[in-house]
Amino acid sequence: MKLLTMTRRALLAAVAASALAIGANPAAAQTPPGVLVVGQVAEPQALDPHAVTAVNDFRILMNVYDGLVRYASGTLEVEPALATSWEISEDGTVYTFTLREGVSFHDGSAFNAEAVVFNFDRMLDENHPYHDTGPFPLSFFFSAVEEVEALDDMTVQFTLNAPYAPFLSNLAYPTGLIVSPAAVMEHGAEFGRNPSGTGAFVFEEWRANEAVVVTGNPDYWGGAPALEAVVFRPITDANTRVAEMLAGGIDMMVEVPPVALSEFGGDSFQIVEQAGPHVWFLILNALEGPFADVRVRQAANYAINKEAIVNDVLEGTAAVAAGPTPPAFAWAYNNDLEPYPYDPDRARELLAEAGVENPEITFYVTEGGSGMLDPVAMGTAIQADLEAVGFDVTIETYEWNTFLGRVNPGLEGEADMAEMAWMTNDPDTLPYLALRTDAWPDQGGFNSGYYSNPEVDALLEEARTSTDQDRRAELYRQMQVIVQEDAPWVFVANWVQNAVTSDRVENFALEPSFFLLLHDVVKN
Amino acid sequence: MGRYILRRLLSAIPVLIGISVIVFAIMAMIPGDPATAILGSYATPENVAELNRDLGLDQPLVQRYFIWLGNLVQGDLGRSFNLNRPVLDEVLERFNATLILAGTAFILCSFLGIAAGVISAARQYGFADKAITFAVLLGISIPSFFLGMMMILIFAVNLRWFPVSGMWPIYGTRDIWALIDHLTMPALALAVVATGVIARLSRSAMLEVLRQDFIRTARAKGVRERGIIWRHALRAAMVSIIPVLGIQAGFVLSGAVYIERVFQWPGIGQMLVDAILRRDILLVQGGVVFVAACYVLFNIIVDVAQSLLDPRIKT
Repeated sequence: MKLLTMTRRALLAAVAASALAIGANPAAAQTPPGVLVVGQVAEPQALDPHAVTAVNDFRILMNVYDGLVRYASGTLEVEPALATSWEISEDGTVYTFTLREGVSFHDGSAFNAEAVVFNFDRMLDENHPYHDTGPFPLSFFFSAVEEVEALDDMTVQFTLNAPYAPFLSNLAYPTGLIVSPAAVMEHGAEFGRNPSGTGAFVFEEWRANEAVVVTGNPDYWGGAPALEAVVFRPITDANTRVAEMLAGGIDMMVEVPPVALSEFGGDSFQIVEQAGPHVWFLILNALEGPFADVRVRQAANYAINKEAIVNDVLEGTAAVAAGPTPPAFAWAYNNDLEPYPYDPDRARELLAEAGVENPEITFYVTEGGSGMLDPVAMGTAIQADLEAVGFDVTIETYEWNTFLGRVNPGLEGEADMAEMAWMTNDPDTLPYLALRTDAWPDQGGFNSGYYSNPEVDALLEEARTSTDQDRRAELYRQMQVIVQEDAPWVFVANWVQNAVTSDRVENFALEPSFFLLLHDVVKN
Repeated sequence: MGRYILRRLLSAIPVLIGISVIVFAIMAMIPGDPATAILGSYATPENVAELNRDLGLDQPLVQRYFIWLGNLVQGDLGRSFNLNRPVLDEVLERFNATLILAGTAFILCSFLGIAAGVISAARQYGFADKAITFAVLLGISIPSFFLGMMMILIFAVNLRWFPVSGMWPIYGTRDIWALIDHLTMPALALAVVATGVIARLSRSAMLEVLRQDFIRTARAKGVRERGIIWRHALRAAMVSIIPVLGIQAGFVLSGAVYIERVFQWPGIGQMLVDAILRRDILLVQGGVVFVAACYVLFNIIVDVAQSLLDPRIKT
């Protein structure tokens, strides 16, 4: 009996202790007005825009820094930012920017032409005293830049080694954001933890693995933001992120898992969606095996039920892709392009014409990765569709880094088909790096399926060097028609990015660039 | 005693060297390298080679190992590629969080487990024993990450008693109450399985001791039952319970990997998972060696404690 008395006492003590804990509980408290808490998918790697590659980090960076140019709201076309105007030389190799007057970095130092020169030299010049604060993995975005020169205090001139049309668009990408030279000099390799830019929000503190806090910049050249502060919280597990959103611990979450969207149906939440410059496709090995025959490649395009994949597997978080260029590049997209319809009979006919009724193929699937959506479930659905028309598909699944290590060097001798997804900032990037003959893996490109069509090569070369946007658009539209017909890939889906906010958040929209811009957002 | 401790400490050195070789070899053997992980879709062979050179990964493996080991001995674990900060800073900060979580869970499971085992043994085949055995079996059978998710759903999302995740409130004071508030659910979820294991083993250890002659003698002398169980029997049973605690400490530490992920606890387990996915070689190596060293040290402490309780062991 005494034993039980004791345990009863212990139980009482435990209950009392937990009651106390609940009594002191601040969790139920709502987040204060004016302060937006954003649930991120991971801890940022660094807040140095030149040193990072992840969209997750870009979401913070785009609010702390500005570039010379930026994407106009709702589009992927550039407009002035830190540069108020620019001129491009006749031959497309010299860009002269006039800079915005009276802008200072958050650390108080002045923004001028010297600062711009410092930014690009640091990334591109191996002898620059601060080049060792890298590495700068995406500096090849500016590999065409031969020289950056300050003509006067407010004029800066970029000389390229050849005409390169995506240059302006690359400047609008996070790799082109301008950092404070004074802060780099002060913090050296620790700059990524002590960032200073010119943006709408000023970096306040980084509590490791807990939160990055930024506060509104009252002196912002584009007007002070409506929010007092933004807290970016890393919550790696998607289920936990959903739970935090439901419990009111965060005001906004990005990359909501498709299966969780139904949780946010009520009035207290808003779901925001935006299609982006993303394409999810299957690389087909056009060099050898069954897919060397264009009819078999087309058969695969007809055989796969893309509608079912985007609606059932992805729960409507993607749209069916028609060709290699995502519709988000509105100015360069060919609206006449219709996706390959789901037509298993046509697929069987094509296979019969090609004389391979039951082609055996090896299919590389990844477990997950940047922009890959739900690759295992999608891979399984694709396998089933292909087998229904006679293919004999063997799936090999790899973890993302291993997968890239197998796919990027080329599929020759390894596989016939592989999943892949790209998010880019210019219609040039993906086809130029992954569809040209000169982009085969042995030449350092990403054309892992060895597609080759001289006509496409010529169109892409011309589009890259033309500085006239209408001409470029025309060339990209022609390219899309040819590539769709040649079917070097199975065009599957364009990701529709989503976010959920609480009903206290207003004026929020997602951008086609997938950046998270919070300047205009209000929280009540 | 001093010599015994010294001998145990020295014997830990080859263990740690072995661990350092294994973790280094595993990180070298697994496919995918940091440059590929950093560059993602943009990882052309050319870009990868250049970035690997920048990161110092183009040197021969053996050379890299000895450079790393040499720095390690001097307390320098290198710099994390991804977090761009010294590995030691990150590991210490993260280990602090893990220690709070795993330490609390370990204390919880030790006390609850032993108490449950003792009560079970004292009331063998009674109602209390059956109830505890049932609860223990249930506890052992539920995966801790699943239990964690269910707890979040019930106690954080629906009842709002506790915050969903994190270690500290985003706002407000960072006092002990705020910590307990965030700690309760993950610590309980982490403790459940180990509590079950400890309870079962404590029960059988106690039953064995309770059948021994000295207990009968004590009863015959008229020692009160409460004194017999908690003072005489438990002390003797502790000799077989303590090594179990040592092993469970390891399980609690490894179980923290799942729990930290579910509750977004900023600990070392979560850090290691992220570091492996990003192929952050130095961070993985540093983290694993550090955790292994702590585990080895803890086991030495357990052995010493055991030898203090049972002088026969010290030979």
